[in-house]
Amino acid sequence: MAQTRPQPTDQDISEALGDRVRRATAEGSLLRIAGGDTKAFYGRPVDGETLSTREHRGITYYDPVELIVSVRSGTPLAELEATLAGNGQMLGCEPPHFGANATVGGMVATGLSGPRRPWAGSVRDFVLGTRVINHEGYQQRFGGEVMKNVAGYDLSRLMVGAQGTLGLITEVSLKVLPRPGASHSLRLEIPLADAQAKLAEWGRQPLPITAAAWHAGALHLRLEGGPSSVAATRERLGGDELDAGFWTALREQTLDFFSRDDARPLWRLSLPHNTPSLALSGVEEADLLHDWAGTQRWLRSDLAADTIREACARAGGHATCLGSREGPGQPDPFMPLEPVVAKYHRNLKAQLDPKGIFNPGRLYAEL
Amino acid sequence: MNILYDERLDGELPATDKADVLADLQQAAPGLTLLYREEDLRPFECDGLAAYRVLPMLVALPETLEQVETLMKRCRALGVPVVTRGAGTGLSGGALPLEKGVLLVMSRFDRILDVDPDARIARLQPGVRNLAISEAAAPYGLYYAPDPSSQIACSIGGNVAENAGGVHCLKYGLTVHNVMKVEVITIEGERMTLGSEALDAQGLDLLALFNGSEGMLGVVTEITVKLLPKPETAKVLMASFDDVEKAGRAVGDIIAAGIIPGGLEMMDKLAIRAAEDFVKAGYPVEAEAILLCELDGVEADVDDDCATVRKVLEKAGATGIQQARDEAERATFWAGRKNAFPAVGRMSPDYYCMDGTIPRRELPRVLKGIADFSEEYGLRVANVFHAGDGNMHPLILFDANRPGELEQAEELGGKILELCVEVGGSITGEHGVGREKINQMCAQFNPGELTTFHAVKAAFDPDRLLNPGKNIPTLARCAEFGAMHVHNNELPHPELPRF
Repeated sequence: MAQTRPQPTDQDISEALGDRVRRATAEGSLLRIAGGDTKAFYGRPVDGETLSTREHRGITYYDPVELIVSVRSGTPLAELEATLAGNGQMLGCEPPHFGANATVGGMVATGLSGPRRPWAGSVRDFVLGTRVINHEGYQQRFGGEVMKNVAGYDLSRLMVGAQGTLGLITEVSLKVLPRPGASHSLRLEIPLADAQAKLAEWGRQPLPITAAAWHAGALHLRLEGGPSSVAATRERLGGDELDAGFWTALREQTLDFFSRDDARPLWRLSLPHNTPSLALSGVEEADLLHDWAGTQRWLRSDLAADTIREACARAGGHATCLGSREGPGQPDPFMPLEPVVAKYHRNLKAQLDPKGIFNPGRLYAEL
Repeated sequence: MNILYDERLDGELPATDKADVLADLQQAAPGLTLLYREEDLRPFECDGLAAYRVLPMLVALPETLEQVETLMKRCRALGVPVVTRGAGTGLSGGALPLEKGVLLVMSRFDRILDVDPDARIARLQPGVRNLAISEAAAPYGLYYAPDPSSQIACSIGGNVAENAGGVHCLKYGLTVHNVMKVEVITIEGERMTLGSEALDAQGLDLLALFNGSEGMLGVVTEITVKLLPKPETAKVLMASFDDVEKAGRAVGDIIAAGIIPGGLEMMDKLAIRAAEDFVKAGYPVEAEAILLCELDGVEADVDDDCATVRKVLEKAGATGIQQARDEAERATFWAGRKNAFPAVGRMSPDYYCMDGTIPRRELPRVLKGIADFSEEYGLRVANVFHAGDGNMHPLILFDANRPGELEQAEELGGKILELCVEVGGSITGEHGVGREKINQMCAQFNPGELTTFHAVKAAFDPDRLLNPGKNIPTLARCAEFGAMHVHNNELPHPELPRF
């Protein structure tokens, strides 16, 4: 604990947040939960009074030796990352910020992870516990500040990516990782098909790869781990040295590919490892950016939503439409669920948020 | 304390006539193997928590998904509870049968459906043994990471139900981190897919919710797991200490040095002696504690890390440090740890294995507490500890033939778990709640939180037919048990009956 110095901005406003939720339940009013409001584009627009978590901030527990940090949801992500970096540690999921105001709560609610995800794990994989204000305005605690905990249902991980539709996240406990001893990024000019074959081959070997993206004729790789293995792999793979800033630009979507000047909607395709190029008519190589060793592909396309979604579903994946960053996507962002799965989504929402006050419609119209 | 299902506390179960249920199922699912004679039911009366036994009304051994679907639909229509069982190795009584229920045994679904080395996934039926997955993946240089001690026998379906761990969790995660997709049959007999072969799926993360849900939300009929490339090398260091606290601090020092070991295990004197007597692992029997630290990865990095860890251990006051010279010696070092439970079993007619987790910094306090309880109850306790991830396995030695000693051991175990909760930990790290720890759940969660758990259950199984009585205690049980943790004086719905 000695490693965390309280900030003057730290405060616990969970009582006030609980009162606000109780009032909403009593009045039957709807709440739009917001932290830094940097990821509002990722989801359907929510009609409701804004409930801000930003004043509820501060790191409540951090012991680097335990590899665990607990943090209030309104805490700026940048503040948390700076504290971890000061102790030689980091968030393993490398979350995107999409703006200076991004909060820890937003990271957890959207569940978005960065370039390291296929090798280190997703936001959900690093969540150990949560405090959540339920529909009656009471703060409840699930999971906790231990690495292993199988007591009760895993509601903490259920909250990740639920986009605030099941309750108001007030605090999370996360597993953190030591920063790697060495890091080297490189660029190999090879065609996409060769890159796909190489990545499948390397995937079966214990190589220290922690990011792999193919775009514009080149495979971009990041090697991280012990100095010896990074040096040996660098020697073996060759290529041109790449500035590590590439990964930040990829994560934050500031590469030219993501430019707002492109009027076509931006799609995120989530696909199994080793999925060949999807046969989408009219889609050129330059319209795609292959991240996560090809399991997360960004696409700029005017094709009909159903066409894109069906192609992804046939390959065992799904597609999300992020529209343009200026506003919500034209099609619904998320692909419709299978009817049985959708039924249990509705049941769960009805049980945990019977009056539908939390972020109504954010994920799906009926949730 | 008796933990068998008690309708007064755990909720009434519908009374049905065994002959009627049998006739109904035989007619609805011709070809479904149904056991109903007492001598046939007997082998299924308990799981790995063998102190508790209940004969189920019937045992069903389906071989097709259609049979499972039909069984679920009929049981729902008849109001018959269904307890699902895999290999029956669970230690918390999660598959303990109900007298009024059908025991659904999934062991005949034992095929590995597909191993895809390029996508690094394996598709499995739930009855596939944990170790068989790594064996099938080995020709491709791949393996399945979670390795509970029972891995030769336990099945992947049970691993999902319990969110099983093992000795490599700190680095490689629990079952939930290694399962990509499951196929489920609901209590209504519907099929649904949760998760994806892609790295994420649409909608709520119901896959995470199903991991560790102890068969209370649906029946898992197929599992797709992630396979990892086998580390190039693994090396193990064994350090002995003349003081348990020093060993505990050394664990933190290793992690503070920026190293995440593949495995980091601690054993205390009683456990060391038991293991040494049993498997001759070469353990220093005079030590108060030993640490086993396994480093895996790329050869060059592992060598660097071994040197670092050695320095850290010396500085932490280790009285001896040995690095396994070869693979055979590495296996021997681990054999002592992996056989610690049966080894302790040889010292005493019975033992009771606990599974609490704690923040590592609380280790000295908790070990002291355990020693005090041990003295108070006059029962010996051996400590085996997944030190890297804070998961303790105190083994309480007792003799069930001595009247009252089982109850004493259980009471002592309960006190240990409550101490784990008190220091900010959990009553179970990897064995699950099942029936065994049902009362301690009242200490870990307040009535509001338990009510939320019941709400989740109601979303999938409103009639409480899937494994009723496991995992989440009723508020009535908590009130009776006397440990109800009323937080902020918040008792939700005081007007409702507490079932």
